[in-house]
Amino acid sequence: MIIKQLSVFLQNELGRLEEVTDILYKHGINISALCIAETAEYGVLRMIVSDIEKAAEALKEEDFSVKITNVICMETPDIPGELHKALQVLSAQGINLSYMYGYSNGGTARLILKVSDPEKAIELLK
Amino acid sequence: MIWNEPMECMSRDQMHDLQSRRLKDMVVRVYHNVEFYRKKMQELGLEPGDINSIDDLVKLPFTTKQDLRDNYPFGLFATPKSEVVRVHASSGTTGKSTVVAYTRKDVDIFSEVVARALCCSGVTKDDIVQVAYGYGLFTGGLGLHYGAEKLGAAVVPISGGNTAKQIMLLQDFGSTVLACTPSYAAHLAEAIVEEGIDAATLPLRVGVFGAEPWSNEMRAKIEEGLKIQAFDIYGLSEIIGPGVSNSCQYQNGLHIAEDHFVPEILDPSTLKPMKEGSTGELVFTTVTKEAMPLLRYRTRDLSSLDYSPCACGRTNVRMAKIFGRSDDMLIIRGVNVFPSQVESVLLEIPEAKPHYMLIVDRQGTMDTLEIQVEVDEKFFSDEIAQLNNIRNKIKHRVESILGVSVIISLVEHKTIKRSEGKAQRVIDKRKI
Repeated sequence: MIIKQLSVFLQNELGRLEEVTDILYKHGINISALCIAETAEYGVLRMIVSDIEKAAEALKEEDFSVKITNVICMETPDIPGELHKALQVLSAQGINLSYMYGYSNGGTARLILKVSDPEKAIELLK
Repeated sequence: MIWNEPMECMSRDQMHDLQSRRLKDMVVRVYHNVEFYRKKMQELGLEPGDINSIDDLVKLPFTTKQDLRDNYPFGLFATPKSEVVRVHASSGTTGKSTVVAYTRKDVDIFSEVVARALCCSGVTKDDIVQVAYGYGLFTGGLGLHYGAEKLGAAVVPISGGNTAKQIMLLQDFGSTVLACTPSYAAHLAEAIVEEGIDAATLPLRVGVFGAEPWSNEMRAKIEEGLKIQAFDIYGLSEIIGPGVSNSCQYQNGLHIAEDHFVPEILDPSTLKPMKEGSTGELVFTTVTKEAMPLLRYRTRDLSSLDYSPCACGRTNVRMAKIFGRSDDMLIIRGVNVFPSQVESVLLEIPEAKPHYMLIVDRQGTMDTLEIQVEVDEKFFSDEIAQLNNIRNKIKHRVESILGVSVIISLVEHKTIKRSEGKAQRVIDKRKI
């Protein structure tokens, strides 16, 4: 399914991520998935949260630059070859994958994918 | 609208005669009343009788900021102290500040030239002028205040800073004119958006901005953000304060109140006059001031002069918008770089904002120029590749204009300090 992801621009500075988690904690927002893309001087924090509008508002209030984007969340059985099959389908149809992150637990894996065409990707993966 | 048609629209010949008469009178006054000038003139073998017209200006000695510091505080007064009704002082970032003084007539001249400047910006007696320049030793606040009162407009003397209150008064009083530094105007435009206010709903229609160099791109950005027409007011406390010159609706240079302040453009290295239209150092002689008249004051501001008549009807010479200051100029690996060039480039890029900082450093023997650019909502992307694309676009454009390689650093929104007065744009960490 298509879900909304919250991204935050972070300077590489001690304690910057902690400030984000502090703001979210104070607003009672739960983080269910998270990944950080880093470069030498800055990072992009991407996460799936319980109340995205509230989280974005709270972070903007503290002058963070944030962005909400559509990503797809895919659930697969936690066995070898499942991710490979999904990626094959997408690349065969010319859908570009920008990045992904995920985890597996209790026999299923959940993956977050940023793709060039989320609607089409969902159709194909069904 | 022209405030003082006889003085702003006379023929070049009439102006030549008027300036000549006034200069002769001024030279007599400074020679007899200011020891500093008497000595300088004697060193050059000059007597007041040698100055017969404005063409003799080139014979006279220069005055520099250092001369004002050396004569701190009251050494350059040409009238008894009892005739002085006001003093101002410059912000003086290095050493002692420089002090300037005004007699009652000087204050009247000051008000007159600011009234002309406001009129040149289309301000009338029906306007409400919010003066957000600092009040105090700085000439900006009181200068605009007296000029706006002389014009007959209603003045809101809020002074600088306190952005929330500035916005409240723009709404509640319906101020139609805003006077402040361009960097503060840019900050206000941003703050208005953050308050969720549509600038188009405010009665504000004109901005009169000055006290620091700013680019045409910055003007366009402020005009768009505040939904106003922005005008450039120029001045410096040594000459009188704001009102030395101002742009008109044709935005083709700033008309100088040259019946009071006679400009020259000199080559900063040889101090020789340059031919009309060339860019060089702007130098002023204050031919009417009483308390502290200055001969050929070197402003360090870089500009050029245009004596052709303007479509607005004024015949007063126009100076080009200040390009930079000869002492703002950075020399990076032998290349001259002005912060204003960086600003022009940044503002042509839609994702960039008018907030930036230049950091100059030296690694080994190599100068480095880092430009910090803020990442805001428009700029930010969840994909690193996108962010790098924008960064590279900025890097290429800046490098092609400056001719030196630069490091573009992306920093978080609001991390570059917003100024309420003159913006600090450069940090030079080089130890030479």
